Amino acid sequence: MTPRERADRRRGLLLLAPTLAILGVVTVYPGAWVLWLSLQHRIPVFGVERFAGVSHYAFLAGDPRFWSAVWTTAVFTASSVTLELVLGVLVALALAGQRRGRHLAFSLLLLAWAMPAVVTAKLFEWLYHPAAGLLNFLLGARLNWLGDPGLALPAVVLADVWRTLPFVAVLAYARLLAIPAELVEAAQVDGAGRAATFRHVTLPLLRRILAIAALFRTLDALRAFDIMFVLTGGGPAGTTETLTVYAYRGLFQMLQLGFGSAVGVVVFALVMTVAWAYVRLLSAEESRA
Amino acid sequence: MRRAGLARDALVLVALTAYAAPFFWQLLTSFKPEADLLRLPPLLPARLTLAHYRVVLEQSLMPQALGNSLGVAAATTLLALGAGLPAAYAIARLPVPGRRALLLALVASTAFPQIATVSPLYLLLRALRLRDTWTALVLAHTSFALPLTVWLLAGFIREIPRALEESAAVDGASRAQALRSVLLPLLAPGLASAGLLAFLSSWNEFLFAYTFTASEASRTVPVALALFPGVFEVPWGDIAAASMLASLPPLLIVVALQRALVRGLLAGAVKE
Repeated sequence: MTPRERADRRRGLLLLAPTLAILGVVTVYPGAWVLWLSLQHRIPVFGVERFAGVSHYAFLAGDPRFWSAVWTTAVFTASSVTLELVLGVLVALALAGQRRGRHLAFSLLLLAWAMPAVVTAKLFEWLYHPAAGLLNFLLGARLNWLGDPGLALPAVVLADVWRTLPFVAVLAYARLLAIPAELVEAAQVDGAGRAATFRHVTLPLLRRILAIAALFRTLDALRAFDIMFVLTGGGPAGTTETLTVYAYRGLFQMLQLGFGSAVGVVVFALVMTVAWAYVRLLSAEESRA
Repeated sequence: MRRAGLARDALVLVALTAYAAPFFWQLLTSFKPEADLLRLPPLLPARLTLAHYRVVLEQSLMPQALGNSLGVAAATTLLALGAGLPAAYAIARLPVPGRRALLLALVASTAFPQIATVSPLYLLLRALRLRDTWTALVLAHTSFALPLTVWLLAGFIREIPRALEESAAVDGASRAQALRSVLLPLLAPGLASAGLLAFLSSWNEFLFAYTFTASEASRTVPVALALFPGVFEVPWGDIAAASMLASLPPLLIVVALQRALVRGLLAGAVKE
């Protein structure tokens, strides 16, 4: 190693130091500590603090409320990610053919993505109002969207899809722009119809970006909290209580810091599994390229 | 053919306007007189009023919350850029040991669920007596804004040809001078998009802000909106007005700086 290289190395570490120090405190430390917390009985208001081993996890294994939250999280994640992907691709296809008003089109689309999730929740709470809501008015119905146990989860999914579909649409749109027009034209010259061209030419080229979008969205859907917490608070009758909402109730409403942390760790494990799949996907591609 | 294209473009815009209807409906609600709020039809009120905005700005805690959100988001952005830019440069340009592992750790940390880190951070901030302060929120928001910033900026720096800095150095400029006069101007759009995304992520954040704040001294806009008080009935008009104020900075960013935003969004998802 030349002196110059050694100096560069030292300089690099120096430049990284502030970031590593900050992330050590606000990310690595809490990320490790939560595992330890989840093994404790910890109720700060009563000064309770003792080691509990894996008893919280053992309790969760037989806890119907936990399994209900697992199921709700799975349904929420699967349905919102699927809808976002399908609708996102449709919007991207519409945008790719757009010649005029593209800036306006993008503004209308990104608006929903950029605003706070709490605002989205308030927007939809008002749309879902049983007596004065726009949705019931347009449907000519009197449905109690957020109060009916059969409707509440679909209502939350709809709000989430509305909020995050632009992300998928923008990613797919960027990929569509990079597809040479000749490819599509050639397929059409060969007599392929629109549907066939989409299925055999466009869709295979979108596959990689859609896989990435699906993973990113799955990651976010598993962690989603704001939208259900503000829109339904987990109700009615726990039908929209996801793992994140259950964890929050354990932490700051039952004030059982150890128990709530254990539920948080479950979310952590799920999310990290998906993130790991993402990294695997990318490195598999790198080695192929 | 031309006319068909125009009609198609118009149709897409109409469809997207319908998609954005929940926002426009709330906008309209924020100007509706109290008496018209719970009546439907008519869709359009006979007159519009500023009364809800007056209530929100004069009688609610929203003005303090807007100030808190602006302060926290600005400080988070500055901290993320200030610490993130040197780190990104080191990752993109210098022979840092364990570069790959470091990048991997950065990606992993952006994936950390807040619900898992919220309890340790709560105990930490309580021990440091930082609860209900801006500092607590800035630190907490930096946990996701900083990795995002480093990641984006490292990608942007890598796009700039190394030869440009090297030729400046050959011309006798010191390394610091080369960075300032060559790299920084080229990086400006990247800094803008990373900064905007950091600002947005802090402005929109709810879980940490809800947990670590206790009073109007530090409550941010999403928290104030979620806790918006109603005395006997839900004040839908006031909530609508407050929602519009909460969406104002994101709205401005989307309309004015669309290109930078989309660039940042794409880079975050597809780079490396």
